[in-house]
Amino acid sequence: MKLLTGNDLPTGDVIWWTGESWSRHVEDAADVTDQGESIARAEEGARRVNAAYVIDATATPEGPRPAHIKDRVRALGPTVRPDLTLKPADPQAGSWVI
Amino acid sequence: MYKYDTYDQAIVDSRVEEFRDQVKRRLAGQITEDQFKPLRLMNGLYLQLHAYMLRVAVPYGTLDGRQMRMLGHIARKYDRGYGHFTTRQNIQYNWIKLEDAPDILADLATVEMHAIQTSGNCIRNISSDQYAGAAADEVTDPRVWAELLRQWSTFHPEFSYLPRKFKIAVIAADEDRAAMRLHDIGIQLIERDGQLGGRVFVGGGMGRTPMVAPEIKDFITAADLLSYVEACLRVYNRYGRRDNIYKARIKILIHELGADEYRRQVEEEFALVKALGIDPPQAEFDRISAFFAPPAFVADDGVAADRSDPDFAVWLDQNVKPHKQPGYAIVNISLKPTAGIPGDASADQIDLMADLAERYSFDELRVTHAQNIVLPHVRTADLYTVWQALDAAGLAPANLDLISDIIACPGLDYCSLANARSIPIAQKIAERFADLGRQRELGELKLKISGCINACGHHHAGHIGILGVDKKGTENYQLLLGGSGAEDASLARITGPGFDEDGIVDAVEKVTNVYLASREDGERFLDTYRRVGLDPFKEALYG
Repeated sequence: MKLLTGNDLPTGDVIWWTGESWSRHVEDAADVTDQGESIARAEEGARRVNAAYVIDATATPEGPRPAHIKDRVRALGPTVRPDLTLKPADPQAGSWVI
Repeated sequence: MYKYDTYDQAIVDSRVEEFRDQVKRRLAGQITEDQFKPLRLMNGLYLQLHAYMLRVAVPYGTLDGRQMRMLGHIARKYDRGYGHFTTRQNIQYNWIKLEDAPDILADLATVEMHAIQTSGNCIRNISSDQYAGAAADEVTDPRVWAELLRQWSTFHPEFSYLPRKFKIAVIAADEDRAAMRLHDIGIQLIERDGQLGGRVFVGGGMGRTPMVAPEIKDFITAADLLSYVEACLRVYNRYGRRDNIYKARIKILIHELGADEYRRQVEEEFALVKALGIDPPQAEFDRISAFFAPPAFVADDGVAADRSDPDFAVWLDQNVKPHKQPGYAIVNISLKPTAGIPGDASADQIDLMADLAERYSFDELRVTHAQNIVLPHVRTADLYTVWQALDAAGLAPANLDLISDIIACPGLDYCSLANARSIPIAQKIAERFADLGRQRELGELKLKISGCINACGHHHAGHIGILGVDKKGTENYQLLLGGSGAEDASLARITGPGFDEDGIVDAVEKVTNVYLASREDGERFLDTYRRVGLDPFKEALYG
């Protein structure tokens, strides 16, 4: 599957296209198939996202999992500061990335 | 330290308002990201892996308490409670919001700070010796020259769009504490026949094509130094490659031209530049020098530090260096606790360091290229009090220049350029060697880790260097040995195939074991490596 990700323009937060809007959680991301580039152009034009790009991902029971480690780090937060990740209560959050 | 005049302040203030307007127009959709990106980069604002990152300039690493406290305020108010001190003696914040950036720059401007020229193809922050003004071995205070170069380079109309970024370091001692020969231009101020001048090295650097800078001028008088540097830049600006980003640094130009031909062209250009009269008149030089006059040291009371507390004694031996003034010492604050993130400091820790500087170090701090902080002028009588305060705040690891005093770039945990994580490797190595007695047994050992070929973690200059690479989608770590960023500058060599995350930690341990088994009296790791060569280490690593 393919996901569309980017950064929220005013805050810089990592965001994921849900099919209708943007979410800060990769679990909400939708498969954009071959529509990613056109959605990115429209959303960048509307200033709802910055630096958008399409990535490969795999569907898992927990939701989409980005194929490349860099995007998994983006999805989670820094692996070295559990308190700064999107799963701060999970001390093993970093292992999600590897 | 240098203080802005009204002209300096007006420039910085107007720049803040200019950027505020640019951000406003970007958020309103009046300019595109393609138009906005170069504008934000000129103000040190990157878009990184998780958020915007703001890099703040700390000229030659020198700060006062008021400025340091402002860095803590920004960490607390606009970031997530911490800042990251970098190998260019700067600080950067990893979780900045675009909409806050103008307010942050406005706050910085109130304490004579900014983020100008911390990005882009311009002359970057001038770096220097973190012990400047305190070291017994310096011939003059190099910060005077660093400041002069800062003023010359800021908004220099000819050098605002160089082929690539450009880094200059100035030192004034034989011991190189600033990795001078790994800069685009390195200047070592020296005295010859009673006259002050400089040795000039051009074309060093790390990254994709690491090189140690050759000496281009063995002595240029102080009166001609700025013109000479301008000539060096002019030749680069004229002939540096603009068609290929990977060949655009001055080191490539000099490598292709040859040092002799580059020198010939610089000398020719220098003759033209000198006639322009850009070297400062003595009155201006004296004005700048006055800002770096020694503080009001008091007479030595002859009281030695009480070493009865063993932890304090170890810290004293490892992190405190002699000062040129009897009765004073140079305190190195290690930002490398075991399992910590090299270079990170919390807002509270930043505030504490500001307090200690104001109370015990004539209101001066320095950021080091090894991602530590220095209190340059602490009375011997105050050392125990300072240590107690640092220790209570987790700022007293006694590991300066030991294996756990690791330089590590942010790596894949924060940086959009990185291919592998650096910080976890630093943490695992620090944990493996957590025993301070073991570290001290190993002695001086500079370990440096980069998460990509751009070498922000200076792995080429590590006695032990580690480079993270992407190997078919997984992190892989190459091991390098034999680098040095000091006066005996050298480039590290790759030992062989890379290792996984745990394998690289084991590999480092194997390398240290070879060293311990091979060293002769008084040898550092680097000395042993240079004597025995790469083969014994390769044998231990790969069999």
